[in-house]
Amino acid sequence: MSAAEVANAPVARPLRHMSTRFLRSELRLIFGRRRNQAGLGILAVVPLMLAITVKVSTPRPGRGPDFFASITSNGLFVALAALSIELALFLPLAVGAIAGDSVAGEANIGTLRYLLTVPVHRTRLLAVKFAAITIFALAATIWVSLVGAVAGLALFGGGEMTLLSGTQIGMGPAVLRVAMATIYLGVCFASLGAIGLFISTLTEQPIGATIAVVILNVMSFILDSIPELSWLHEWLPTHWWMSFGDVLRDPIAWGDLTRGLLTAAGYMLVFWLAAWARFSDKDVTG
Amino acid sequence: MTEELNDFAVATRGLTKRFHQQVAVNAVDLLVPRGAVYGFLGPNGSGKTTTIRMLLGLIRPTSGRHRLLGKAMPDHSGDVLPLVGSLVEGPAFHPYLTARANLVRLDSVDRHADPRTTKARVDRALDRVGLLAAAGKKYRAYSLGMRQRLAIAGTLLAPRELLVLDEPTNGLDPQGTREVRHLIGSLADDGATVLVSSHLLSEVEQVCSHIGVMHVGRLLTQGPIAEVRAVGESRARVETDRPEQAARVLRGLGLTDVWFESGLAVGTLGKLAPEKIVAALVQEAVPVTGFAIERPSLEDLFVSLTGEGFNVSG
Repeated sequence: MSAAEVANAPVARPLRHMSTRFLRSELRLIFGRRRNQAGLGILAVVPLMLAITVKVSTPRPGRGPDFFASITSNGLFVALAALSIELALFLPLAVGAIAGDSVAGEANIGTLRYLLTVPVHRTRLLAVKFAAITIFALAATIWVSLVGAVAGLALFGGGEMTLLSGTQIGMGPAVLRVAMATIYLGVCFASLGAIGLFISTLTEQPIGATIAVVILNVMSFILDSIPELSWLHEWLPTHWWMSFGDVLRDPIAWGDLTRGLLTAAGYMLVFWLAAWARFSDKDVTG
Repeated sequence: MTEELNDFAVATRGLTKRFHQQVAVNAVDLLVPRGAVYGFLGPNGSGKTTTIRMLLGLIRPTSGRHRLLGKAMPDHSGDVLPLVGSLVEGPAFHPYLTARANLVRLDSVDRHADPRTTKARVDRALDRVGLLAAAGKKYRAYSLGMRQRLAIAGTLLAPRELLVLDEPTNGLDPQGTREVRHLIGSLADDGATVLVSSHLLSEVEQVCSHIGVMHVGRLLTQGPIAEVRAVGESRARVETDRPEQAARVLRGLGLTDVWFESGLAVGTLGKLAPEKIVAALVQEAVPVTGFAIERPSLEDLFVSLTGEGFNVSG
Protein backbone atom coordinates (compact mmCIF):
# COMPACT_ATOMS: atom_id res chain seq x y z
CA MET A 1 0.00 0.00 0.00
CA SER A 2 1.51 3.33 -0.98
CA ALA A 3 1.84 6.19 1.44
CA ALA A 4 -0.63 8.35 -0.48
CA GLU A 5 -3.17 5.56 -0.60
CA VAL A 6 -2.93 5.04 3.12
CA ALA A 7 -3.18 8.72 3.90
CA ASN A 8 -6.39 8.99 1.90
CA ALA A 9 -7.85 5.72 3.04
CA PRO A 10 -11.44 6.38 4.02
CA VAL A 11 -12.83 5.19 7.32
CA ALA A 12 -14.46 1.95 6.28
CA ARG A 13 -17.59 2.52 8.34
CA PRO A 14 -19.57 5.74 7.98
CA LEU A 15 -20.16 7.95 11.00
CA ARG A 16 -23.75 8.07 12.21
CA HIS A 17 -24.76 11.47 13.42
CA MET A 18 -27.18 12.28 16.22
CA SER A 19 -27.57 8.75 17.44
CA THR A 20 -29.20 8.30 20.84
CA ARG A 21 -27.95 4.71 21.17
CA PHE A 22 -25.32 5.56 23.77
CA LEU A 23 -27.83 7.43 25.95
CA ARG A 24 -30.37 4.63 25.65
CA SER A 25 -27.68 2.13 26.57
CA GLU A 26 -26.82 4.22 29.65
CA LEU A 27 -30.47 4.33 30.69
CA ARG A 28 -30.77 0.57 30.25
CA LEU A 29 -27.71 0.12 32.47
CA ILE A 30 -29.14 2.43 35.15
CA PHE A 31 -32.74 1.26 35.17
CA GLY A 32 -31.90 -2.38 34.44
CA ARG A 33 -29.62 -2.72 37.43
CA ARG A 34 -31.12 -4.55 40.40
CA ARG A 35 -29.50 -2.22 42.91
CA ASN A 36 -31.14 0.80 41.31
CA GLN A 37 -34.51 -0.91 40.98
CA ALA A 38 -34.35 -1.71 44.69
CA GLY A 39 -33.45 1.92 45.38
CA LEU A 40 -36.48 3.13 43.47
CA GLY A 41 -38.57 0.66 45.44
CA ILE A 42 -37.33 2.16 48.71
CA LEU A 43 -38.06 5.67 47.44
CA ALA A 44 -41.65 4.55 46.86
CA VAL A 45 -42.03 3.26 50.41
CA VAL A 46 -42.11 6.79 51.87
CA PRO A 47 -45.24 8.06 50.07
CA LEU A 48 -46.97 4.71 50.61
CA MET A 49 -46.23 4.67 54.33
CA LEU A 50 -47.14 8.30 54.63
CA ALA A 51 -50.51 7.81 52.99
CA ILE A 52 -51.33 4.74 55.05
CA THR A 53 -50.17 6.27 58.34
CA VAL A 54 -52.24 9.39 57.85
CA LYS A 55 -55.23 7.28 56.84
CA VAL A 56 -55.16 5.09 59.95
CA SER A 57 -54.26 7.76 62.52
CA THR A 58 -56.67 10.33 63.89
CA PRO A 59 -55.80 13.79 62.61
CA ARG A 60 -54.37 16.15 65.19
CA PRO A 61 -54.95 19.63 63.83
CA GLY A 62 -52.34 22.36 64.12
CA ARG A 63 -49.28 20.13 63.99
CA GLY A 64 -46.81 19.27 61.23
CA PRO A 65 -45.91 21.03 57.99
CA ASP A 66 -48.58 22.44 55.76
CA PHE A 67 -48.66 19.55 53.31
CA PHE A 68 -49.24 16.98 56.01
CA ALA A 69 -52.25 18.74 57.43
CA SER A 70 -53.73 19.07 53.94
CA ILE A 71 -53.40 15.42 52.97
CA THR A 72 -56.84 14.43 54.16
CA SER A 73 -58.42 17.22 52.11
CA ASN A 74 -56.73 16.23 48.82
CA GLY A 75 -54.70 13.08 48.13
CA LEU A 76 -52.33 14.98 45.83
CA PHE A 77 -50.72 16.45 48.94
CA VAL A 78 -49.24 13.00 49.70
CA ALA A 79 -46.94 13.55 46.69
CA LEU A 80 -45.79 16.94 47.98
CA ALA A 81 -45.37 15.72 51.56
CA ALA A 82 -43.35 12.72 50.36
CA LEU A 83 -41.10 14.97 48.28
CA SER A 84 -40.51 17.27 51.26
CA ILE A 85 -39.49 14.27 53.38
CA GLU A 86 -37.25 12.72 50.74
CA LEU A 87 -35.52 15.86 49.53
CA ALA A 88 -33.16 16.03 52.48
CA LEU A 89 -31.57 12.60 52.14
CA PHE A 90 -33.30 9.86 50.16
CA LEU A 91 -33.51 11.50 46.75
CA PRO A 92 -30.05 13.11 47.00
CA LEU A 93 -28.68 9.70 47.98
CA ALA A 94 -30.32 8.06 44.96
CA VAL A 95 -28.98 10.71 42.59
CA GLY A 96 -25.59 10.58 44.33
CA ALA A 97 -25.41 6.81 43.81
CA ILE A 98 -26.03 7.14 40.07
CA ALA A 99 -23.76 10.16 39.61
CA GLY A 100 -20.99 8.71 41.77
CA ASP A 101 -21.12 5.54 39.72
CA SER A 102 -21.15 7.30 36.35
CA VAL A 103 -17.43 7.52 35.63
CA ALA A 104 -15.83 5.94 38.72
CA GLY A 105 -17.97 2.81 38.31
CA GLU A 106 -16.74 2.28 34.74
CA ALA A 107 -13.17 3.00 35.83
CA ASN A 108 -13.53 0.60 38.75
CA ILE A 109 -14.48 -2.41 36.66
CA GLY A 110 -12.24 -1.36 33.77
CA THR A 111 -14.97 -0.81 31.18
CA LEU A 112 -13.92 2.84 30.91
CA ARG A 113 -10.84 1.93 28.88
CA TYR A 114 -12.94 -0.12 26.50
CA LEU A 115 -15.43 2.74 26.04
CA LEU A 116 -12.60 5.14 25.25
CA THR A 117 -10.99 2.82 22.71
CA VAL A 118 -14.25 2.14 20.82
CA PRO A 119 -13.71 5.18 20.59
CA VAL A 120 -16.05 7.34 22.64
CA HIS A 121 -14.83 10.93 22.76
CA ARG A 122 -14.32 11.98 26.36
CA THR A 123 -16.49 15.07 25.99
CA ARG A 124 -19.28 12.95 24.53
CA LEU A 125 -18.90 10.46 27.36
CA LEU A 126 -19.37 13.20 29.97
CA ALA A 127 -22.28 14.73 28.07
CA VAL A 128 -24.12 11.41 27.79
CA LYS A 129 -23.34 10.48 31.40
CA PHE A 130 -24.73 13.80 32.60
CA ALA A 131 -27.80 13.48 30.41
CA ALA A 132 -28.44 10.06 31.95
CA ILE A 133 -27.96 11.42 35.49
CA THR A 134 -30.43 14.25 34.75
CA ILE A 135 -32.98 11.84 33.34
CA PHE A 136 -32.58 9.61 36.39
CA ALA A 137 -32.96 12.57 38.78
CA LEU A 138 -36.18 13.63 37.04
CA ALA A 139 -37.46 10.05 36.83
CA ALA A 140 -36.79 9.32 40.51
CA THR A 141 -38.52 12.53 41.59
CA ILE A 142 -41.47 11.90 39.30
CA TRP A 143 -41.64 8.33 40.60
CA VAL A 144 -41.93 9.47 44.24
CA SER A 145 -44.49 12.08 43.26
CA LEU A 146 -46.48 9.65 41.15
CA VAL A 147 -46.60 6.94 43.82
CA GLY A 148 -47.64 9.58 46.35
CA ALA A 149 -50.33 10.99 44.08
CA VAL A 150 -51.78 7.58 43.21
CA ALA A 151 -51.72 6.37 46.83
CA GLY A 152 -53.13 9.69 48.06
CA LEU A 153 -55.92 9.83 45.52
CA ALA A 154 -56.79 6.21 46.25
CA LEU A 155 -57.02 6.76 50.00
CA PHE A 156 -58.19 10.36 50.28
CA GLY A 157 -59.67 11.21 46.89
CA GLY A 158 -59.04 14.30 44.77
CA GLY A 159 -61.20 17.21 43.92
CA GLU A 160 -60.59 20.86 44.64
CA MET A 161 -57.20 21.80 46.08
CA THR A 162 -56.80 24.52 48.66
CA LEU A 163 -53.56 26.39 47.93
CA LEU A 164 -51.21 27.67 50.63
CA SER A 165 -52.65 31.16 50.11
CA GLY A 166 -56.16 29.86 50.69
CA THR A 167 -57.46 29.94 47.11
CA GLN A 168 -59.13 26.89 45.67
CA ILE A 169 -58.24 25.42 42.28
CA GLY A 170 -59.74 22.55 40.31
CA MET A 171 -58.29 19.06 39.94
CA GLY A 172 -56.69 19.72 36.52
CA PRO A 173 -54.74 22.82 37.59
CA ALA A 174 -53.86 21.05 40.86
CA VAL A 175 -52.23 18.16 39.01
CA LEU A 176 -50.34 20.69 36.91
CA ARG A 177 -49.06 22.48 40.04
CA VAL A 178 -47.86 19.22 41.58
CA ALA A 179 -46.15 18.32 38.30
CA MET A 180 -44.39 21.69 38.24
CA ALA A 181 -43.14 21.24 41.81
CA THR A 182 -41.90 17.77 40.92
CA ILE A 183 -39.98 18.90 37.81
CA TYR A 184 -38.50 21.81 39.77
CA LEU A 185 -37.11 19.44 42.39
CA GLY A 186 -35.90 17.02 39.70
CA VAL A 187 -33.85 19.82 38.15
CA CYS A 188 -32.47 20.69 41.59
CA PHE A 189 -31.38 17.10 42.15
CA ALA A 190 -29.80 16.99 38.68
CA SER A 191 -27.57 19.88 39.76
CA LEU A 192 -26.42 17.76 42.67
CA GLY A 193 -25.83 15.05 40.05
CA ALA A 194 -23.45 17.41 38.21
CA ILE A 195 -21.40 17.72 41.39
CA GLY A 196 -21.48 13.92 41.63
CA LEU A 197 -20.29 13.58 38.02
CA PHE A 198 -17.31 15.78 38.82
CA ILE A 199 -16.43 13.83 41.97
CA SER A 200 -16.82 10.63 39.96
CA THR A 201 -13.99 11.73 37.66
CA LEU A 202 -11.66 12.13 40.65
CA THR A 203 -11.72 8.55 41.85
CA GLU A 204 -12.06 4.93 40.82
CA GLN A 205 -14.21 4.14 43.85
CA PRO A 206 -17.90 4.70 43.02
CA ILE A 207 -19.01 4.20 46.63
CA GLY A 208 -16.54 6.87 47.74
CA ALA A 209 -17.93 9.29 45.18
CA THR A 210 -21.50 8.57 46.31
CA ILE A 211 -20.60 9.12 49.95
CA ALA A 212 -18.89 12.38 49.05
CA VAL A 213 -22.04 13.61 47.29
CA VAL A 214 -24.20 12.73 50.29
CA ILE A 215 -21.78 14.44 52.68
CA LEU A 216 -21.76 17.58 50.54
CA ASN A 217 -25.54 17.51 50.46
CA VAL A 218 -25.82 17.18 54.24
CA MET A 219 -23.17 19.85 54.78
CA SER A 220 -25.09 22.19 52.54
CA PHE A 221 -28.22 21.67 54.65
CA ILE A 222 -26.24 22.20 57.87
CA LEU A 223 -24.59 25.38 56.62
CA ASP A 224 -27.99 26.58 55.46
CA SER A 225 -29.27 26.31 59.02
CA ILE A 226 -26.51 28.38 60.63
CA PRO A 227 -27.80 32.00 60.86
CA GLU A 228 -24.28 33.45 61.15
CA LEU A 229 -23.61 32.21 57.60
CA SER A 230 -26.67 33.88 56.09
CA TRP A 231 -24.49 35.59 53.45
CA LEU A 232 -23.60 32.12 52.16
CA HIS A 233 -27.08 30.62 52.16
CA GLU A 234 -28.32 31.76 48.80
CA TRP A 235 -25.26 30.19 47.12
CA LEU A 236 -25.65 26.76 48.67
CA PRO A 237 -26.76 24.04 46.25
CA THR A 238 -29.65 22.95 48.45
CA HIS A 239 -30.84 26.38 49.63
CA TRP A 240 -33.69 26.85 47.16
CA TRP A 241 -34.95 23.28 47.18
CA MET A 242 -37.71 23.87 49.76
CA SER A 243 -39.02 26.69 47.55
CA PHE A 244 -40.83 24.04 45.49
CA GLY A 245 -43.85 24.80 47.69
CA ASP A 246 -44.06 28.22 46.03
CA VAL A 247 -45.84 26.71 43.04
CA LEU A 248 -48.77 26.21 45.43
CA ARG A 249 -49.23 29.90 46.06
CA ASP A 250 -51.69 32.05 44.16
CA PRO A 251 -50.30 33.45 42.02
CA ILE A 252 -47.18 31.25 41.81
CA ALA A 253 -44.31 32.98 43.63
CA TRP A 254 -41.75 32.83 40.84
CA GLY A 255 -38.99 34.78 42.60
CA ASP A 256 -37.37 32.02 44.64
CA LEU A 257 -38.21 29.37 42.06
CA THR A 258 -36.33 31.34 39.43
CA ARG A 259 -33.38 31.81 41.77
CA GLY A 260 -33.48 28.08 42.46
CA LEU A 261 -33.45 27.19 38.78
CA LEU A 262 -30.63 29.64 38.06
CA THR A 263 -28.60 28.25 40.97
CA ALA A 264 -29.18 24.71 39.71
CA ALA A 265 -28.15 25.72 36.18
CA GLY A 266 -25.05 27.43 37.56
CA TYR A 267 -24.00 24.34 39.51
CA MET A 268 -24.60 22.14 36.46
CA LEU A 269 -22.49 24.33 34.23
CA VAL A 270 -19.62 24.82 36.65
CA PHE A 271 -19.35 21.20 37.73
CA TRP A 272 -19.83 19.76 34.26
CA LEU A 273 -16.99 21.96 33.07
CA ALA A 274 -14.90 20.98 36.10
CA ALA A 275 -15.54 17.31 35.26
CA TRP A 276 -14.50 18.00 31.66
CA ALA A 277 -11.35 19.85 32.70
CA ARG A 278 -10.45 17.00 34.98
CA PHE A 279 -11.34 14.13 32.68
CA SER A 280 -10.45 15.35 29.19
CA ASP A 281 -6.74 14.63 29.53
CA LYS A 282 -6.72 12.31 32.53
CA ASP A 283 -4.61 9.16 32.29
CA VAL A 284 -6.95 6.19 32.32
CA THR A 285 -5.00 3.45 34.02
CA GLY A 286 -7.90 1.52 35.58
CA MET B 1 7.45 12.19 11.07
CA THR B 2 8.19 11.45 7.47
CA GLU B 3 5.81 10.16 4.83
CA GLU B 4 7.24 6.66 4.62
CA LEU B 5 6.11 6.07 8.19
CA ASN B 6 2.62 5.77 6.69
CA ASP B 7 3.54 2.26 5.65
CA PHE B 8 3.57 1.27 9.28
CA ALA B 9 0.42 0.33 11.13
CA VAL B 10 2.12 1.53 14.31
CA ALA B 11 5.02 3.96 14.38
CA THR B 12 6.28 5.64 17.52
CA ARG B 13 9.12 8.11 18.02
CA GLY B 14 10.77 8.44 21.37
CA LEU B 15 7.59 7.43 23.18
CA THR B 16 8.20 7.96 26.89
CA LYS B 17 6.02 7.74 29.98
CA ARG B 18 7.16 8.81 33.39
CA PHE B 19 5.04 8.12 36.48
CA HIS B 20 6.37 10.42 39.19
CA GLN B 21 10.06 9.45 39.35
CA GLN B 22 9.76 6.11 37.63
CA VAL B 23 10.26 5.85 33.87
CA ALA B 24 7.82 3.16 32.76
CA VAL B 25 8.50 3.51 29.04
CA ASN B 26 11.75 5.00 27.85
CA ALA B 27 12.14 6.47 24.34
CA VAL B 28 10.49 3.61 22.50
CA ASP B 29 10.58 3.63 18.68
CA LEU B 30 8.10 0.94 17.82
CA LEU B 31 7.64 0.09 14.13
CA VAL B 32 4.93 -2.36 13.15
CA PRO B 33 4.72 -2.84 9.37
CA ARG B 34 1.27 -3.17 7.84
CA GLY B 35 0.21 -6.76 7.58
CA ALA B 36 2.66 -7.95 10.22
CA VAL B 37 1.91 -10.10 13.21
CA TYR B 38 4.12 -8.31 15.68
CA GLY B 39 5.01 -10.07 18.90
CA PHE B 40 5.54 -7.45 21.57
CA LEU B 41 7.54 -9.34 24.14
CA GLY B 42 8.87 -8.65 27.56
CA PRO B 43 8.55 -9.78 31.13
CA ASN B 44 5.74 -8.54 33.35
CA GLY B 45 6.43 -4.96 34.30
CA SER B 46 8.65 -4.20 31.32
CA GLY B 47 6.37 -1.44 29.99
CA LYS B 48 4.35 -3.27 27.34
CA THR B 49 0.93 -2.37 28.71
CA THR B 50 1.91 1.26 29.36
CA THR B 51 3.12 1.49 25.75
CA ILE B 52 -0.15 0.02 24.49
CA ARG B 53 -2.16 2.44 26.65
CA MET B 54 -0.26 5.31 25.05
CA LEU B 55 -0.81 3.91 21.55
CA LEU B 56 -4.57 3.90 22.15
CA GLY B 57 -4.68 7.35 23.73
CA LEU B 58 -5.69 6.13 27.18
CA ILE B 59 -2.71 7.80 28.77
CA ARG B 60 -0.72 10.77 27.56
CA PRO B 61 2.96 10.24 26.76
CA THR B 62 5.37 12.34 28.80
CA SER B 63 7.22 12.89 25.52
CA GLY B 64 7.41 11.43 22.05
CA ARG B 65 4.69 10.93 19.46
CA HIS B 66 3.10 8.19 17.47
CA ARG B 67 1.01 7.32 14.46
CA LEU B 68 -1.56 4.59 14.05
CA LEU B 69 -2.45 3.49 10.51
CA GLY B 70 -0.50 6.47 9.21
CA LYS B 71 -2.39 9.08 11.20
CA ALA B 72 -1.05 11.15 14.06
CA MET B 73 -2.44 10.26 17.47
CA PRO B 74 -4.16 11.36 19.56
CA ASP B 75 -5.38 14.10 17.17
CA HIS B 76 -6.94 11.60 14.77
CA SER B 77 -8.15 9.08 17.31
CA GLY B 78 -11.73 9.61 16.14
CA ASP B 79 -10.81 8.43 12.62
CA VAL B 80 -8.27 5.80 13.56
CA LEU B 81 -9.62 3.98 16.59
CA PRO B 82 -12.78 2.70 14.82
CA LEU B 83 -10.37 0.66 12.68
CA VAL B 84 -8.47 -0.62 15.69
CA GLY B 85 -9.68 -3.48 17.84
CA SER B 86 -8.05 -3.61 21.22
CA LEU B 87 -7.73 -5.74 24.29
CA VAL B 88 -5.94 -3.84 27.04
CA GLU B 89 -4.83 -5.32 30.33
CA GLY B 90 -7.36 -8.06 30.53
CA PRO B 91 -11.11 -8.22 29.93
CA ALA B 92 -13.51 -5.77 31.58
CA PHE B 93 -17.29 -5.96 31.32
CA HIS B 94 -20.38 -5.23 33.37
CA PRO B 95 -20.70 -8.23 35.70
CA TYR B 96 -24.48 -8.19 35.96
CA LEU B 97 -25.05 -8.13 32.20
CA THR B 98 -24.95 -11.19 29.96
CA ALA B 99 -22.07 -11.66 27.56
CA ARG B 100 -24.31 -10.72 24.67
CA ALA B 101 -25.68 -7.62 26.42
CA ASN B 102 -22.12 -6.52 27.14
CA LEU B 103 -21.17 -6.72 23.46
CA VAL B 104 -24.37 -4.90 22.48
CA ARG B 105 -23.41 -2.21 25.00
CA LEU B 106 -19.99 -1.82 23.36
CA ASP B 107 -21.57 -1.69 19.93
CA SER B 108 -24.16 0.89 20.94
CA VAL B 109 -21.54 3.44 22.00
CA ASP B 110 -19.80 3.08 18.62
CA ARG B 111 -20.93 5.92 16.38
CA HIS B 112 -19.76 3.97 13.34
CA ALA B 113 -21.82 0.87 14.09
CA ASP B 114 -25.02 0.13 12.22
CA PRO B 115 -27.70 -0.77 14.79
CA ARG B 116 -29.55 -2.88 12.21
CA THR B 117 -26.66 -5.35 12.02
CA THR B 118 -25.74 -5.37 15.71
CA LYS B 119 -27.33 -8.71 16.49
CA ALA B 120 -25.70 -10.46 13.56
CA ARG B 121 -22.27 -8.96 14.26
CA VAL B 122 -22.45 -9.74 17.98
CA ASP B 123 -23.42 -13.35 17.28
CA ARG B 124 -20.70 -13.74 14.68
CA ALA B 125 -18.06 -12.38 17.07
CA LEU B 126 -19.28 -14.68 19.85
CA ASP B 127 -19.26 -17.62 17.47
CA ARG B 128 -15.73 -16.86 16.34
CA VAL B 129 -14.41 -17.17 19.90
CA GLY B 130 -16.60 -20.17 20.70
CA LEU B 131 -18.93 -18.44 23.16
CA LEU B 132 -22.19 -18.50 21.24
CA ALA B 133 -23.61 -21.26 23.44
CA ALA B 134 -22.77 -19.32 26.62
CA ALA B 135 -23.89 -15.92 25.28
CA GLY B 136 -26.87 -15.69 27.61
CA LYS B 137 -24.85 -16.22 30.78
CA LYS B 138 -24.06 -13.29 33.03
CA TYR B 139 -20.46 -12.10 32.75
CA ARG B 140 -20.15 -12.62 36.51
CA ALA B 141 -20.51 -16.38 35.95
CA TYR B 142 -17.79 -16.51 33.30
CA SER B 143 -14.44 -18.18 33.95
CA LEU B 144 -11.24 -16.22 33.31
CA GLY B 145 -10.75 -18.04 30.02
CA MET B 146 -14.29 -17.21 28.86
CA ARG B 147 -13.82 -13.58 29.90
CA GLN B 148 -10.66 -13.41 27.85
CA ARG B 149 -12.48 -14.83 24.84
CA LEU B 150 -15.31 -12.35 25.29
CA ALA B 151 -12.82 -9.49 25.27
CA ILE B 152 -11.39 -10.83 22.01
CA ALA B 153 -14.95 -11.07 20.65
CA GLY B 154 -15.31 -7.38 21.52
CA THR B 155 -12.49 -6.54 19.15
CA LEU B 156 -14.21 -8.44 16.34
CA LEU B 157 -17.49 -6.49 16.30
CA ALA B 158 -16.34 -4.46 13.32
CA PRO B 159 -13.86 -4.96 10.49
CA ARG B 160 -10.44 -3.88 11.76
CA GLU B 161 -7.20 -2.89 10.10
CA LEU B 162 -5.22 -3.19 13.29
CA LEU B 163 -5.68 -5.39 16.35
CA VAL B 164 -3.86 -4.57 19.54
CA LEU B 165 -4.03 -7.57 21.82
CA ASP B 166 -2.43 -7.21 25.23
CA GLU B 167 -1.72 -10.68 26.69
CA PRO B 168 -4.65 -12.32 24.86
CA THR B 169 -3.83 -15.80 26.13
CA ASN B 170 -3.72 -14.85 29.80
CA GLY B 171 -5.78 -17.33 31.78
CA LEU B 172 -6.42 -19.61 28.84
CA ASP B 173 -5.73 -23.33 28.96
CA PRO B 174 -3.42 -24.87 26.32
CA GLN B 175 -6.40 -25.59 24.08
CA GLY B 176 -7.63 -22.00 24.40
CA THR B 177 -4.13 -20.72 23.73
CA ARG B 178 -3.98 -22.74 20.52
CA GLU B 179 -7.35 -21.36 19.47
CA VAL B 180 -6.26 -17.77 20.06
CA ARG B 181 -3.09 -18.40 18.10
CA HIS B 182 -5.18 -19.81 15.29
CA LEU B 183 -7.51 -16.81 15.49
CA ILE B 184 -4.58 -14.39 15.26
CA GLY B 185 -3.39 -16.27 12.20
CA SER B 186 -6.80 -16.05 10.53
CA LEU B 187 -7.12 -12.34 11.32
CA ALA B 188 -3.73 -11.75 9.74
CA ASP B 189 -4.85 -13.75 6.72
CA ASP B 190 -7.79 -11.36 6.39
CA GLY B 191 -5.22 -8.59 6.00
CA ALA B 192 -5.24 -7.10 9.49
CA THR B 193 -2.09 -6.06 11.26
CA VAL B 194 -1.81 -7.65 14.69
CA LEU B 195 0.19 -6.32 17.60
CA VAL B 196 0.17 -9.00 20.26
CA SER B 197 1.93 -8.61 23.57
CA SER B 198 3.00 -11.50 25.72
CA HIS B 199 5.31 -12.40 28.54
CA LEU B 200 5.36 -15.98 27.29
CA LEU B 201 7.88 -16.18 24.49
CA SER B 202 7.10 -19.63 23.20
CA GLU B 203 3.44 -18.74 22.80
CA VAL B 204 4.09 -15.99 20.34
CA GLU B 205 7.07 -17.37 18.50
CA GLN B 206 4.98 -19.57 16.23
CA VAL B 207 2.56 -16.94 14.91
CA CYS B 208 4.69 -13.83 14.63
CA SER B 209 6.33 -12.40 11.55
CA HIS B 210 7.99 -9.64 13.59
CA ILE B 211 9.02 -9.25 17.18
CA GLY B 212 10.05 -6.47 19.51
CA VAL B 213 11.57 -7.09 22.90
CA MET B 214 10.94 -4.81 25.86
CA HIS B 215 13.02 -4.75 29.00
CA VAL B 216 12.74 -2.25 31.87
CA GLY B 217 10.94 0.29 29.70
CA ARG B 218 13.24 0.07 26.72
CA LEU B 219 12.72 -1.58 23.35
CA LEU B 220 15.89 -3.68 23.07
CA THR B 221 15.42 -4.97 19.56
CA GLN B 222 12.77 -5.35 16.88
CA GLY B 223 12.36 -6.52 13.33
CA PRO B 224 11.37 -9.54 11.25
CA ILE B 225 11.67 -12.57 13.47
CA ALA B 226 14.40 -14.21 11.36
CA GLU B 227 16.53 -11.05 11.42
CA VAL B 228 16.15 -10.53 15.13
CA ARG B 229 17.14 -14.08 15.82
CA ALA B 230 20.08 -13.89 13.40
CA VAL B 231 21.51 -11.15 15.58
CA GLY B 232 21.58 -13.61 18.42
CA GLU B 233 24.39 -16.00 19.07
CA SER B 234 23.75 -18.64 16.41
CA ARG B 235 26.25 -21.44 16.57
CA ALA B 236 27.71 -23.57 13.82
CA ARG B 237 27.98 -27.25 14.66
CA VAL B 238 30.24 -29.42 12.50
CA GLU B 239 30.22 -33.18 12.79
CA THR B 240 33.47 -34.65 11.53
CA ASP B 241 36.08 -37.27 12.41
CA ARG B 242 38.75 -34.53 12.38
CA PRO B 243 37.32 -32.06 14.89
CA GLU B 244 40.62 -30.39 15.73
CA GLN B 245 41.22 -29.42 12.10
CA ALA B 246 37.62 -28.28 11.74
CA ALA B 247 38.00 -26.10 14.83
CA ARG B 248 41.05 -24.48 13.28
CA VAL B 249 39.06 -23.65 10.13
CA LEU B 250 36.26 -22.17 12.23
CA ARG B 251 38.71 -19.96 14.14
CA GLY B 252 40.28 -18.95 10.83
CA LEU B 253 36.87 -17.80 9.60
CA GLY B 254 36.46 -15.59 12.66
CA LEU B 255 34.06 -17.72 14.72
CA THR B 256 34.33 -17.18 18.45
CA ASP B 257 34.02 -19.47 21.47
CA VAL B 258 35.22 -22.39 19.35
CA TRP B 259 35.57 -25.73 21.06
CA PHE B 260 35.76 -29.37 19.97
CA GLU B 261 35.44 -32.87 21.26
CA SER B 262 35.44 -36.25 19.63
CA GLY B 263 33.50 -36.08 16.35
CA LEU B 264 32.31 -32.50 16.89
CA ALA B 265 33.45 -28.89 16.51
CA VAL B 266 31.29 -25.92 17.58
CA GLY B 267 31.72 -22.15 17.19
CA THR B 268 29.64 -19.02 17.60
CA LEU B 269 28.68 -17.73 14.18
CA GLY B 270 28.67 -13.98 14.59
CA LYS B 271 27.84 -12.14 11.34
CA LEU B 272 29.34 -14.81 9.09
CA ALA B 273 27.10 -16.39 6.45
CA PRO B 274 26.82 -20.10 7.36
CA GLU B 275 27.31 -21.36 3.79
CA LYS B 276 30.88 -19.98 3.81
CA ILE B 277 31.79 -22.40 6.58
CA VAL B 278 30.97 -25.51 4.59
CA ALA B 279 32.86 -24.17 1.57
CA ALA B 280 35.92 -23.45 3.70
CA LEU B 281 35.79 -26.89 5.35
CA VAL B 282 35.58 -28.61 1.99
CA GLN B 283 38.47 -26.52 0.71
CA GLU B 284 40.58 -27.58 3.69
CA ALA B 285 39.59 -31.19 3.00
CA VAL B 286 37.82 -31.63 6.30
CA PRO B 287 35.36 -34.50 5.92
CA VAL B 288 32.01 -33.14 7.02
CA THR B 289 29.47 -35.77 8.07
CA GLY B 290 27.00 -33.29 9.50
CA PHE B 291 26.50 -29.53 9.61
CA ALA B 292 23.93 -27.52 11.50
CA ILE B 293 23.24 -23.94 12.52
CA GLU B 294 21.77 -23.86 16.00
CA ARG B 295 19.62 -20.81 16.27
CA PRO B 296 19.03 -19.53 19.76
CA SER B 297 15.51 -19.70 21.11
CA LEU B 298 13.88 -16.37 21.92
CA GLU B 299 14.59 -17.23 25.51
CA ASP B 300 18.34 -17.49 24.76
CA LEU B 301 18.13 -14.28 22.77
CA PHE B 302 16.52 -12.45 25.63
CA VAL B 303 19.12 -13.69 28.06
CA SER B 304 21.89 -12.57 25.72
CA LEU B 305 20.30 -9.11 25.37
CA THR B 306 19.62 -8.48 29.01
CA GLY B 307 21.91 -10.79 30.90
CA GLU B 308 18.96 -12.11 32.85
CA GLY B 309 16.29 -14.73 32.53
CA PHE B 310 13.08 -13.78 30.81
CA ASN B 311 10.71 -14.40 33.65
CA VAL B 312 12.61 -12.24 36.05
CA SER B 313 10.42 -9.17 36.40
CA GLY B 314 12.07 -6.00 35.17
